[in-house]
Amino acid sequence: MSASFGLQWMAWTGPTIGFFVFVAASIALMGLWEKLQPGGAPRRGILGIDTTRGDRLFITYLGSGFIHLAWLGFLGSFLWGALIVSVIYAVIVFRWV
Amino acid sequence: MNKLSNQRAWLFVVPVVLLVAFNALIPLMTVVNYSVQETFGNNQFFWHGVGWFEQVLKSERFHASLLRQLAFTTMILLIEVPLGIAVALCMPRKGPWVSVCLVLMALPLLIPWNVVGAMWNIFALPDIGLLGKMINGLGIDYNFTQQPVAAWVTTVLMDVWHWTSLVVLLTYAGLCSIPDAYYQAARIDGASGWAVFRFIQLPKLNRVLTIAILLRFMDSFMIYTEPFVLTGGGPGNTTTFLSIDLVKIALGQFDLGPAAAMSLIYFMVVLLVCWIFYTAMMRNEGQS
Repeated sequence: MSASFGLQWMAWTGPTIGFFVFVAASIALMGLWEKLQPGGAPRRGILGIDTTRGDRLFITYLGSGFIHLAWLGFLGSFLWGALIVSVIYAVIVFRWV
Repeated sequence: MNKLSNQRAWLFVVPVVLLVAFNALIPLMTVVNYSVQETFGNNQFFWHGVGWFEQVLKSERFHASLLRQLAFTTMILLIEVPLGIAVALCMPRKGPWVSVCLVLMALPLLIPWNVVGAMWNIFALPDIGLLGKMINGLGIDYNFTQQPVAAWVTTVLMDVWHWTSLVVLLTYAGLCSIPDAYYQAARIDGASGWAVFRFIQLPKLNRVLTIAILLRFMDSFMIYTEPFVLTGGGPGNTTTFLSIDLVKIALGQFDLGPAAAMSLIYFMVVLLVCWIFYTAMMRNEGQS
């Protein structure tokens, strides 16, 4: 019996590992940013709400998720376009929200 | 180096981080992994890309259950929030009846969800149930096991019976925290009952009502046990809400890929609504 306390049951794939590594790295990067410039850079942006860098990252991820879903639902499975839109969206969020 | 605080306190957070990792993060990661693969059992997986997401997003079945879910949540919020406020306003603030009212209000919340479903199932059965028999006795044709409208009415009624108390208790707590000085000032100004509600009570209830609506939204949006026991999602699919549909796909059909994709979309919708409520709450806090 291939008894294992491994992670086969989690059914990892290259792209999903890449996705989670990217998420973890971006959170770590935020930590580093906070260390260099403490305080979270709070401000009130175009949404009229107070946001810190962490909030802006969350808004970026949530929005990007919906951008990808919308792209997939309306335009098909060529998701590089959605990725480009998401990057533009991220820049907008970090600059103006 | 200017150290502002003792950083060792962070060690106390470690158990929570581990717990969250085991009960939330690892399962969530697994769901993400499943959502891009196909499996036929035996722990063998085959890459499927974003195909399941595309299938779910274009599936009429998913659209229908999402629509039913939104309709159900909107309906119960529209009933439970005003009803909860009305009941809380009618409850006494002083005297021996306070505890009686509070216990009566808390009772439905103490009953397990599957028991609530079973109770209402028996209560509403058209041939032997008290409610069902009575409605039929009044000459109205009512059978929640066969008529979609009757099934919806019964499900909504059950939820209202079970959860309005939560809104009542939260609102009541909010009302009790309003200082008497506000009411005295209103009396001096000769304010009407409506004016007191509109300009004193409602603004003061703002935060507590946001929390009540958020809790009711979340609970009703993820409702499973009660309608499953009451109607089993039927007649047909008319009361198959998102979570019931999800369980049917994941466990009934063992389609782990589509079920994982559907749960991630479901999760994102819940996350979005939570964020909107959180933002609204923080905004109110900032203004007050």
